[in-house]
Amino acid sequence: MAKSLGPVKRKFSPWTDPAAVPFIRFENITKRYGDFVAVDNLTLDIYEREFFSLLGPSGCGKTTLMRMLAGFEEPSEGRILLQGKDLSGVPPYRRPTNMMFQSYALFPHMTVEKNIAFGLQQDGLPKADIAARVEEMLKLVKLESFAKRKPAQLSGGQRQRVALARSLAKRPRVLLLDEPLGALDRKLREETQFELMDIQHTLGLTFLIVTHDQEEAMTVSDRIAVMDKGLIMQVATPAEIYEAPNSRYVADFIGDINILECTVTDNAGDCLRDGHPPAVRLLSDGLQIAVEQDCKVAVGDTVGFAVRPEKVRISLDEPEKTGFNTAHGEVWDIGYLGDFSVFLVKLDDGRILRAAQANVSRLVDRPITFGDIVWLTWPLDAGLVLTR
Amino acid sequence: MKPARFDATILTLCFAFLYIPIIILVVYSFNASRLVTVWGGFSLHWYQVMWSNEGLMDAAWVTARVGVLSATLGTVLGTLAALTLVRFPRFPGRIAFTGMVYAPLVMPEVITGLSMLLLFVAMNIDRGFWTVTIAHTTFTMCYVAIVVQSRLLTFDRSLEEAAQDLGCPPVRTFFTITLPLILPAIVSGWMLAFTLSLDDLVIASFTTGPGATTLPIKIYSQVRLGVTPEINAICTILIGLVTLGVIATSITTKRAELRRIRDEHDAIRGT
Repeated sequence: MAKSLGPVKRKFSPWTDPAAVPFIRFENITKRYGDFVAVDNLTLDIYEREFFSLLGPSGCGKTTLMRMLAGFEEPSEGRILLQGKDLSGVPPYRRPTNMMFQSYALFPHMTVEKNIAFGLQQDGLPKADIAARVEEMLKLVKLESFAKRKPAQLSGGQRQRVALARSLAKRPRVLLLDEPLGALDRKLREETQFELMDIQHTLGLTFLIVTHDQEEAMTVSDRIAVMDKGLIMQVATPAEIYEAPNSRYVADFIGDINILECTVTDNAGDCLRDGHPPAVRLLSDGLQIAVEQDCKVAVGDTVGFAVRPEKVRISLDEPEKTGFNTAHGEVWDIGYLGDFSVFLVKLDDGRILRAAQANVSRLVDRPITFGDIVWLTWPLDAGLVLTR
Repeated sequence: MKPARFDATILTLCFAFLYIPIIILVVYSFNASRLVTVWGGFSLHWYQVMWSNEGLMDAAWVTARVGVLSATLGTVLGTLAALTLVRFPRFPGRIAFTGMVYAPLVMPEVITGLSMLLLFVAMNIDRGFWTVTIAHTTFTMCYVAIVVQSRLLTFDRSLEEAAQDLGCPPVRTFFTITLPLILPAIVSGWMLAFTLSLDDLVIASFTTGPGATTLPIKIYSQVRLGVTPEINAICTILIGLVTLGVIATSITTKRAELRRIRDEHDAIRGT
């Protein structure tokens, strides 16, 4: 499919700049429903033009947080600042935010055109201006020929586009998206993710998206906040979240990972490679592990060792050095995913480690199969020590 | 007996039980004879008599006005009651209010009528057109409240939130979004209220006064003096009106259903 991709995206990281002023600031926000604490003393900064995701399982408080920004809920404690202005007590119809609802919430008794024009009419814009803006929005979401249809006459994907156009029509300073692509099938969802990024980039808006789909969050976001039980576990770029999760929870929530419980046997004792950080040595039930990482752990501490399956090498041959980062076991199950195969290897002590291998050749019969005795190895910088 | 034949027999008996009285009533309205039970040939005579019977026509007119007025008032009040019940889950006296909205549904009509009468007497209000209208408003509003409430319970609140999010204040949101969407329920509530008011005899006879005789009261009092075929005629017209109403409603529903199927078809094709 040939299409213009717009300007090349530049590196964007205002959060690393200490002088940057946050666009939206959640300041010590707590929200209680009776005894239940939905959001617990949460502080979060979001910068202008950022594509920010709130990611977490259902009930983690992410939707509540978004609804407080939109004005549908008032925080029990704390305040929300938008460009330095306190939003407390400002009703939803006076806030410069617009929201795209999970159910799309299209007005069933109005045509596509009228739905998109609704917000503009509330501002009392002249008719000609409204018509021009509606046309522009229809073009943006490629629905020009559907202007006169009612929402019931549209497919799921088209409704989603109308909802997007309607929430963008007023050029909100912040667009809130509540599980925007949840109802779409996989193929359409992937397409739409890139379109969303394109639109956000072209219009230069700040997007805040709520999702439980980690793949979606990884694809579209500049930064992700991983939430659990009303708390933020980690705020970082998708790459940092994936490669350097700060806790077992985040590591486990994003992608596939092996986590082994270990005891620290040595820290900062030696450098295994020149110019690299010193290694932490761990012992996990007879398995010796070395990790190149600067971390504050002391001998005897109980920590988690995490390594992604695609960073674990699987081989039928015994490696040359078997001192550390080497495990030995039997192939217990294989998941064939097309691009990858995931091998579940049962170690001699009964634990299961997962190793993924890219299927680079076009063989139908893979050389490693069920019941094979295999060796698993991983480099010094593949894994991560998790203290939380 | 074969099961199929058995079913057919039961069905026929049921229909006969339900409709033979009505068929007899309609047939004898076209009877040329004065005697209700003796067929004297086809005639539209009794329709002419009915048309020139001023008492009957006055009663019909009173009934129509009471019906329209009380149904309208009852619909407004009933809709407000339904909104309160659905939208405000907690307020002091909510349980009492819920009970009081529903109570007239199960209250014997005689008691409703009598209590209304006592109230009007105590307040020294002359009974007539307005007292009947007020009484009918009171008992029809509960039916409207139930119909509208069930619609509001399935109403997607995010539509209202979306409107407010786009800059529409709450009151305007109600009139531009909520009201148009619950209108079908309000209209059915109105029709139900109108029908209930139309055929009410008990409450009307307690609360009416001179000069405001409704059709059911008129028919009832005439029948006590002996049934004339002109009663058959006016009843036939009432049946005709109700039948037309039912047919119109079912055609509209059917059309809406067809349109929905076509829309879905369009939507799938348009993907």
